[in-house]
Amino acid sequence: MLHLALFLIFGVIAVVGAINLIAQTHPINSALSLVVVMGSLAAEYLLLGAEFLGAIQVIVYAGAIMVLFVFTIMLLNAGAEEQTRGSKVAIIIGIPGMVIGSVAVAWALIRAHTGAEVPVGSLYGSAQGIGHLLFRDFLLPFEITSVLILIAIMGAVVLARRES
Amino acid sequence: MAMPLHQFFTSTDYLLSLPMIMLALFGMGVLIIDLLLPPEWKRANAWTALVGLVFSAIAVYKVQIADRIAEAHGQAGSFVGFGGSLVADRFAIYFYYLFLAGAAIAILMSVKYLEIEREQHGEFYALVLFSVIGMMCMASGYDIVLLFVGLELMALSTYVLVGFLRRDQRSNEAALKYLLLGAFSSGIFAYGLSLFYGLAGSTNLGQIALTLEQHFLANPKDPVAILALLTTATGLLFKIAAVPFHQWAPDAYEGAPTSITGYMSVAVKAAGWALLLRIFLYMLYPLRPIYLPMIIFVSLATLTAGNLAALTQSNLKRLLAYSSIAHVGYMLLGLVAGNTNNASSTGIKGIMVYLLVYTFMNLGAFAVITSLRRRDIIGDEIDDIAGLMFKAPTEAILMLVFLLSLAGIPPLAGFWGKYFIFLSLIESGHYALATVAVLYAVLGLYYYMRIANAMFMRRAETAEPVSLSPGLRLALAITALGTVIIGIFPEVFLRAAAWSLSVPQASAVAGLLK
Amino acid sequence: MPANYVPIFIFIAIIAVALPVTLLAAKLIRPDNPQKTKAMPYECGVDPIGDARARYTVRFYIIAILFVVFDVETIFLFPWAVQYKALGLFGLAEMLVFLAILIVGYVWVWKKGALEWI
Repeated sequence: MLHLALFLIFGVIAVVGAINLIAQTHPINSALSLVVVMGSLAAEYLLLGAEFLGAIQVIVYAGAIMVLFVFTIMLLNAGAEEQTRGSKVAIIIGIPGMVIGSVAVAWALIRAHTGAEVPVGSLYGSAQGIGHLLFRDFLLPFEITSVLILIAIMGAVVLARRES
Repeated sequence: MAMPLHQFFTSTDYLLSLPMIMLALFGMGVLIIDLLLPPEWKRANAWTALVGLVFSAIAVYKVQIADRIAEAHGQAGSFVGFGGSLVADRFAIYFYYLFLAGAAIAILMSVKYLEIEREQHGEFYALVLFSVIGMMCMASGYDIVLLFVGLELMALSTYVLVGFLRRDQRSNEAALKYLLLGAFSSGIFAYGLSLFYGLAGSTNLGQIALTLEQHFLANPKDPVAILALLTTATGLLFKIAAVPFHQWAPDAYEGAPTSITGYMSVAVKAAGWALLLRIFLYMLYPLRPIYLPMIIFVSLATLTAGNLAALTQSNLKRLLAYSSIAHVGYMLLGLVAGNTNNASSTGIKGIMVYLLVYTFMNLGAFAVITSLRRRDIIGDEIDDIAGLMFKAPTEAILMLVFLLSLAGIPPLAGFWGKYFIFLSLIESGHYALATVAVLYAVLGLYYYMRIANAMFMRRAETAEPVSLSPGLRLALAITALGTVIIGIFPEVFLRAAAWSLSVPQASAVAGLLK
Repeated sequence: MPANYVPIFIFIAIIAVALPVTLLAAKLIRPDNPQKTKAMPYECGVDPIGDARARYTVRFYIIAILFVVFDVETIFLFPWAVQYKALGLFGLAEMLVFLAILIVGYVWVWKKGALEWI
């Protein structure tokens, strides 16, 4: 019961944070809202039994990625965004569209005829569990991931390299 | 307790991953060798990369031989590695060769081009090799995790390649647009896959298909399955640039380095198709009654938007981008052919043939456009190709061959792709769709002939000559020979396409009408 | 198990209450008469010049993104380290392949001069 209550509370925090992220006009404020979203998502993962993922979420997203976001905002020296006629149109079309979309998704998920329920924490959520899966069943995707990270390194340097 | 080594990485696993291991080794080799090379020797990177592609092709051939031996011993369909997550079946091997050929021709086209752009760096060739690893995972993956990681590997390298011309504003803009929309579509795709995992409790395609089949007998209209289908299909249609998810394609194609535009329109697109066919034929065949109307709508929209938008383009790369969208429309019709429950094997064979011939004819057209890039001339407008006949008659005639092939005129290669698609539509009674497709093919002839008209009937705008580098000459020769030979002697290639789909065990290609 | 994390959530709840309460209490209790000099940012006693929101150079970005990438790489070491005994020699070989590929990237970045500050 407490579990469900906590899950719902963090879910609401995440959604409110995400809405605030879009509503804020200054990018730094949006970035800080994103920290809230990432943090509450980490709590959600924890509550679902994905302990390792929750920790990673805090370390990588709420930590490293956020630093990168703030750096980029500083790099561009981005000020408050301006409202244009386009953004009015986006609000008029976007908000009803979003409401319809989320109602449809929620309706589909509630009406689901899924089979057996999985008790919380019964899947591989700990670091040991992840290690067990990652280094045995998902050996190939794991090694491919290292090439993926290599490409990320190359991409960063290629796209931001200086004139020489 | 310590597990023995051989349990999770057997000799079969090694053999099946050998083509990828080769590419990874040579890709890293290019990176390291590039550091040691003096600037005037940078083009040696291209040769290293080509050798890597050849070694990878040899490895693929070894897999093919091993496959044949396994079949001879009656173990067909069991050539599976990494705990069932990688399947090097004929389907995958066909695509492997296609990717390697596309990458090799693109590298040949790039050597001189990058020198003119003053961006001759080893990273370029390494990225091409790494992207092929991703494509191979997309073609042979039998597990949604591997498929997704492969997709991201390919997509990430392509984003960087598109933005490789850092001095060119268009290239940067194209990379950014492509990255944002690509990441967005990957997210939607991953959401759909996660829903399927939730429904089936497994990441294996075959397992998911089995569960979906049983699930659908009990609940024919489960909203979650439909939601998962819609999101997965959206992600896939984004990747192959089908309408209404095509807006990124013209911008990305126009801004990318010309050789990469060619590469994206053939190998990257073929990888997208490999993934789409894997998912639709092997995983989602129980949902065919639901996705069929959607695919019919998308293919008609793609044909209409692609062909109509191509009519008014003045930029060659943009025109070919819209024409490539239109070609996706024809290929989607191959998936439509068949009855409500099974795809027509002629239609799928048509898609395979189409992808093969498209690789040659489209890369050929882009090779000619690449040669128009000279010092101080960007050379991607229709005006730039005007009067090509009087400056470089060989190239003009080759371009005409590629254009006629793209339009589907017999006896060139492009005809066979369209022929099998139309045939499959007629076989399965979709007469209206077949008529529409033929009408659009006639419309396509008009905009291809606009380019031909500029080449043969108009006078050149500049006197700057057009010259061919050895690499480009080789690329043109390969693509031209491919286009003509497949056109005149199609039997062996048609047999290869049919071979890629014929699996000894009937259950392995599920949902395919024999 | 999620139950093990209940203390953390209790902790979060206490902070969520205590933080606004202390801030509010401070605002109510403290004397409040701001002046121009007082509100100025403190920079070692020297008058600040210009805006704090100056434009950063792109080098920060390269360093930051390389940090993130290698951070992600380290994440993969965690599950391997806690399972080290069970995975044994095979796991070690796997991890060495993984690291070898990334070390190539590291050497490349280094030699390309992307880590240099000039």
